[in-house]
Amino acid sequence: MKDLFQEIFLTIRANKMRTFLTGFSISWGIFMLIILLGAGNGLQNGMMEGFRYMSKNSISLYPGFTSMPYNGMQKGRRIRFSQSDIEFLRRNLTNVSAFSPIYNKWSSNIVNGKEVVSSTMSGVEPDYQVMRSLEITSGRFINLADNRQNRKVVVIHPKTAEVLFRNQNPIGQYVEIDHVPFQVIGLYDEDGAARRSPSFYIPLNTAQIIFNPSGYIDDVSFVVEGIENKEQSTDFSNKLRRMLSQRLQFDPNDQNAIWIQDRLSDYMQAQTIFNGIALFVWIIGIGTLIAGVVGVSNIMLITVKERTHEFGVRKALGASPRSILRLVVWESLTITTIFGYIGMVVGVLLTEGLASILAQNAAAATDEPHIFLNPTVDLTVVLAATAILVVAGVVAGYVPAKRAVNVKPIEALQHK
Amino acid sequence: MIHLENIHKTYYAGSPLHVLKGVDLDVADGDFVSIMGASGSGKSTLLNIVGILDNYDEGNYYLDGRLIKDLTETQSAKVRNEMIGFVFQSFNLINFKTALENVALPLYYRGVSRKKRNAIALDYLDRLGLKDWADHLPSEMSGGQKQRVAIARSIIAKPRLILADEPTGALDSTTSQEVMDILRQVNREEGITMLIVTHAREVAEQTNKIVNFKDGLISSIEDIKQL
Repeated sequence: MKDLFQEIFLTIRANKMRTFLTGFSISWGIFMLIILLGAGNGLQNGMMEGFRYMSKNSISLYPGFTSMPYNGMQKGRRIRFSQSDIEFLRRNLTNVSAFSPIYNKWSSNIVNGKEVVSSTMSGVEPDYQVMRSLEITSGRFINLADNRQNRKVVVIHPKTAEVLFRNQNPIGQYVEIDHVPFQVIGLYDEDGAARRSPSFYIPLNTAQIIFNPSGYIDDVSFVVEGIENKEQSTDFSNKLRRMLSQRLQFDPNDQNAIWIQDRLSDYMQAQTIFNGIALFVWIIGIGTLIAGVVGVSNIMLITVKERTHEFGVRKALGASPRSILRLVVWESLTITTIFGYIGMVVGVLLTEGLASILAQNAAAATDEPHIFLNPTVDLTVVLAATAILVVAGVVAGYVPAKRAVNVKPIEALQHK
Repeated sequence: MIHLENIHKTYYAGSPLHVLKGVDLDVADGDFVSIMGASGSGKSTLLNIVGILDNYDEGNYYLDGRLIKDLTETQSAKVRNEMIGFVFQSFNLINFKTALENVALPLYYRGVSRKKRNAIALDYLDRLGLKDWADHLPSEMSGGQKQRVAIARSIIAKPRLILADEPTGALDSTTSQEVMDILRQVNREEGITMLIVTHAREVAEQTNKIVNFKDGLISSIEDIKQL
């Protein structure tokens, strides 16, 4: 065995350029595959991170304008959700795990002394936190008692807190929202949502009393369990539309009377796009791999042809066909393994390095959207790809060597 | 040592070429025989058949009493390794191996350890006056030196028979004489049977017997009295 490797080492040393070219095509194949897959994964991870702020199966309902006449009423009529419509929904929806009507005041001033932040104020119920995956970093979120007792409390984003209170602890402090005093009860952080001016949240009932005396709601969001695919989600939307069409008097086929934004569908659509990208990346990656395999095969083919005369000499000296075959296959195996390993290590180091730099950047700027995140490749995939190249390299050496070995010694000796 | 009965060989490259037309030949153990003949007379083909580098179509070939016929490549490799040494006109050294490694190669295929076979190879190179050239590649050596390396390689595994195809064909007359002296010495001292193919009369006359070849058949055999 040691002798065999010495023989291999000798031939490798004698053919540095050829060995380098073979090795390079293997290293490059593996390296490119890792970079490609890593880039694809990075893109996907980044985008998916951006989607995470929407709980996957949340559905939002917005009133619109009718686009079809119904029961003698003209089209173009405005649909509105009253308090009782909301209660109707709350009672009649099944399998709901979270529910919150939302009152949005798009431009609202939150003030502490001379400091002002202008942003969206949202009146929400406690379930909102789960629905939007809000993370409470300090204090608490709005609870049922806040809502029931119409407490004037507000949950703000640390960025808002920084402007209003500098380094002071904002919890328990008072602010004015559109001239009404509110007490800050918590700080929240939002995943992936890249907003220049983050919203602040007050209890829905408080908002309705102070800012929305008419009581009409323009956004209802809820999470329905058991909706896992496109069909179920479409079914649910149709059911919901039918249900509301009777109560709010619009044509059940009217798509514009209410807007149903189903985040699962959005999510799945994005998922489909990513699957497409992943497929594309894989096709290119496999193409690169095949190019590597073809490169190795070509070089081995030429190598074996060039060495036919040498094999003839070896045979004359008493080399058995098996020993020559073993020499070529082991040489091929050694080269592909070493260079495959090099390509793998370089590729993995690069992607992991990039991932850690991106992770640091992401940690430094939490409110920036991630286009690229964690561009790494599953190690098993990398190992499998390397194994494929190594096996291909061995086959690429074996096939022409087998042919060369079957040549009569005298013909091999006459080969020039 | 060698016993050939009615050996026929035809090449099928385009039109069939009947190269050997029933050759009968006996070479005794320890003999030193040369084969002469015009090019295309079949003398090299005969040597290749004796060396089991090529097969024959008809007849029987016995090497040291053993019938050499329809052997597998693995079997013939073993016979070559154990019994036959080759010296070629174009030396056929492996160009990326040093003189020492070239000489040691037959022992590699016999499974001798690296250390041991290199020591033996150095000893043989020394006997042929090439000890200082052990670490040189063939490309750094003269024709005569290369042929001496090849001879060292042919005798290192202590074969019973050495087959030399135009061993002096690529050498000038001085080095030719050196090579012939070495071959004769090996024949005498080691008792190795020699069969050489040549077209040079002065080379053939240094052997014990000249087999003349003509048109695929032996036309005459001359005994030479060596002094």
